[in-house]
Amino acid sequence: MDINFTPEEEAFRNDVRAFLNEKLPPALSDKVLNHKHLGKEEFVRWQKILYEKGWAAPGWPEKYGGPGWTPVQKSIFEEETALAGAPPLLPFGLAMVAPVIMNFGSEEQKQQFLPPILSADTWWCQGYSEPGAGSDLASLKTRAERQGDHYIVSGQKTWTTLAQHADWIFCLVRTDPQAKKQEGISFLLIDMNTPGISVRPIITLDGAHEVNEVFLDNVKVPVENLVGEENKGWTYAKFLLGHERSGIAGVGRGKMELRRLKDIASREKKNGRPLIEDPTFRSKVAQIEMELDALEMTDLRVIAAVQHGQAPGPEASMLKIKGTEIRQEIYHLIRQAVGPYALPFQPGALSEAGTDDAVAPDYALTAAATYFNNRKLTIFGGSNEIQKNIVSKMILGL
Amino acid sequence: MDFSLTDEQRMLQDTVERLVQDQYGFEQRHSYMQAEEGFTREMWHQLAELGLLGVPFSEELGGFGGGPVETMLVMEAFGKGLVLEPYVASIVTAGQLIGDSGSDAQKEAILEPLISGELLLAFAHGEPDNRYSDTQVSSRAERSSGGYVLSGHKAVVLHGDSADKLVVSARTGGDTMDADGISLFLIDATAQGVSIQGYPTIDGLHAAEVRLDRVQVGEDALIGQDGKAADLIELTQDRGAFAVCAEAVGAMTVACDLTLDYLKQRKQFGVAIGTFQSVQHRMVEMRMELEQARSATMKAAAKLAGNDVAERRRAVSTAKNQVGRGGRFVSEQSIQLHGGIGMTEEYNLAHYAKRIAMIDNQFGDADAHLDRFSSHMTVPKEL
Repeated sequence: MDINFTPEEEAFRNDVRAFLNEKLPPALSDKVLNHKHLGKEEFVRWQKILYEKGWAAPGWPEKYGGPGWTPVQKSIFEEETALAGAPPLLPFGLAMVAPVIMNFGSEEQKQQFLPPILSADTWWCQGYSEPGAGSDLASLKTRAERQGDHYIVSGQKTWTTLAQHADWIFCLVRTDPQAKKQEGISFLLIDMNTPGISVRPIITLDGAHEVNEVFLDNVKVPVENLVGEENKGWTYAKFLLGHERSGIAGVGRGKMELRRLKDIASREKKNGRPLIEDPTFRSKVAQIEMELDALEMTDLRVIAAVQHGQAPGPEASMLKIKGTEIRQEIYHLIRQAVGPYALPFQPGALSEAGTDDAVAPDYALTAAATYFNNRKLTIFGGSNEIQKNIVSKMILGL
Repeated sequence: MDFSLTDEQRMLQDTVERLVQDQYGFEQRHSYMQAEEGFTREMWHQLAELGLLGVPFSEELGGFGGGPVETMLVMEAFGKGLVLEPYVASIVTAGQLIGDSGSDAQKEAILEPLISGELLLAFAHGEPDNRYSDTQVSSRAERSSGGYVLSGHKAVVLHGDSADKLVVSARTGGDTMDADGISLFLIDATAQGVSIQGYPTIDGLHAAEVRLDRVQVGEDALIGQDGKAADLIELTQDRGAFAVCAEAVGAMTVACDLTLDYLKQRKQFGVAIGTFQSVQHRMVEMRMELEQARSATMKAAAKLAGNDVAERRRAVSTAKNQVGRGGRFVSEQSIQLHGGIGMTEEYNLAHYAKRIAMIDNQFGDADAHLDRFSSHMTVPKEL
C-alpha cells in the first residue's frame, strides 16, 4: 500500500501547475476565487486555452481528441485546476452528451457533434428535468411524435442550467406513451435555434440567473438527431450515471474553498484577534478539514480501483453525498466567518464590474449568495436522497 | 498510488483472519473471557507461534519487519473478532517503545520473551486527572543512590493486571504540565511498592489501576533519556490510537454486516424492515462512516511510516476523530436498527457496539483529537 503518487504522476502535476501558471489568465482566476459570476465568453475562453493544449476533455479517449489520461491523472488535473481558480469545465457537452454520442451515436453524429464540443464552438444544455419529473425523472411527459422524417416535440423542461447560452439541448422525450414509463423514452439532440423553442430565466434565491425553463412547442427535429434506438433513451441516460463520475467528490474544489475559508477567517476579527484563532470557530474549520482529508482518501481509493480496471460503480454515490455535504459546510462557515457583513445584498459585487459603493470586501458580499447558491449541490445530479437509494439498492441489496 | 497489498501482507491478513474465523466465534470468545486475566495464555501462545507478536519489530530484533500497514491488517482482523488478547498493550505500545528506545540490555531482556509469548507488557501512562494528555504527568521519580524512587497513580492501564513488566511515565523534573522533565521506566509488576488493582472493562477487556508507593528501581530501569520522554510518549499514544482505529474499522465492518443481514431478515408489517426508506438511508450513512473511518486509518498508516511529525499528528488525529464520531454513529445506529435484540448480552451485535463505542475513550476521544488537529492545522498566510 502506497498512498504517494508515483514520480511520473508528480511530474504530471508539475506540468499542470506550470501550464496553469503560464496560461490561466489572472483576471479569470480572480473572478473564480472570489465567487463572481462568469459569462459565456469566459467559460469558452478557458476551454479554448485548454483545447490548444489538448486538455479540453480530460475524460475523452485519444481517438476522439482526448488526452488519454489515467484516472489518477484526471484527478490531479481536476485538483490543480480547482486550486488555481480555473473556471470549471462545464459537463453538459464534454462529460454528458459526448460520452452518449461516442457510445451510442451514429458515425455522422460523432463527426458532426464531437469536434465542436471539444473546441468549445457549441454550447450544450441538458433537457432532463420537467416540472413534474424531478427525482422521478422517468415520469417525464415531453412528447416526441414521429411524422415522416421528423419528430414533433412538445413539452417543458426545467432547471436547465445555462440554457440561455446554449446552441443545442439533449433531451429525454417520450416516444411511446403506451409503454412502461422507462421504456418509452428516447434521447434526442435538438438545435436551440429551431422555431418553437423558448427559454425563460429562473432567478434563484441568490439573485443569480443560472437555470431556466425551456418550452418546446411543436418543435421539428430531424430523425437523424435521434441517438441510438427509439425508446432506448433511458438506458443511455442510466449509462451516464455509471460513467465518468470522477471528480464527483469535488475534493479539489473543496480544498480550494477550505483554503479560502482559512484566508477569510484570518482577516476577520473576533475580540480584536483573527477569527481563525478563536477556539470555537477554529475547531469547526479543523473538523471540516479532517472530513475533507478522509474524503480525499476515499476518493483516491475509488480512483485507484478504476485505474486497476474495476468499474467506478455506485461508490461514486457515496462520494457525491459526502463531498457535497462537506462543501456546503464550508460555504456555511464562510458565511459565518464574515459576520453581519454577510447581510448587505449588493449584486454588483458578484459581477465583473464590481460595485462602487461596496460596503464590505468582496469576499463578505458574496458569502451569503454563494452559500444559498450552493444549496443546489445536494439537489442536482440526483439528489443526495436519490444517491442513498442507489447505494441502498446497488451496494447493500436492500 | 497503490492500495493493493503485497503478497506478504496478504498472507499475513489471511493468517489473522483465518485464526479469528476459526477460533473467535461468539461462544468461543465468551469462554476465553472467563479466564482470570480476561484472555487465555493458550491463544497468546498461538499468536506467538503464528509470528504475530513479532509483526512490528525489525528482523534484527527477532521480528517480522512489518510497519504500520501490517499492524493495521492485524488489528482490523482482531476487530472483526473482538479479540481479547493484550496486543495493543504488550506489542503495539509498550513493546514497540522498548524496541525503539530501550537500552541494549532492555531489548535483550524483553524482546525475545515478548515475541515468543512468555512475557507481557503494559503501557502505564494515564493518570486519574490527565485525561488523554501526552505530557500531563504528576507521578514522580526521585533520584536516589543508584537509581530512582517512583510514586504515583497510573489510571486505567490497559491489561495492567496481566503484565509482567510495566512501562511507566514519571516526572524526574519540571511541573505536572511541563513537556520537559518526563521520563519512562521499565519496572517489574511485582516490585515492592507496586499495587495493581485489575478489573474488567465494559467492552470485554481488562485494565488496572496501578499505584506506585516508593518503588525503588535501578539506573537501568530508565528508558531513553532522563526527562526527555515526551516525544516518545506521544508517538506511543499515536501508535495506540492508530491500532484501535484499525480495530474499530474491523468491528464497524462486522456491525454493519450484522445490521444489513438483520434488515433483510427481520419482518414487520409483513415485509423486511430493509424495505423502509428511512431504514435504508440510515444503513447507507453507516456504511459511509465506515468508509471514511477506513480511509482516514489508511492515511494514518502511511503517515506513521513517514518521518514528518506534523503530518503524523494530523493524520492520526484525523483517523481517531473519524473513528470516534463515525464509530459512535455505527455503534448507536446498529443497536437502533436491530431494536431490542441489539441491546441483549446474548446477541453478538451488542458486543461489537460496545467495543466500537468504547474505543473513543482510549488514546484520545474525538474532541481531544479535534483539539490536537486544530492546534497543528496549517493556516496559509494569504492566498
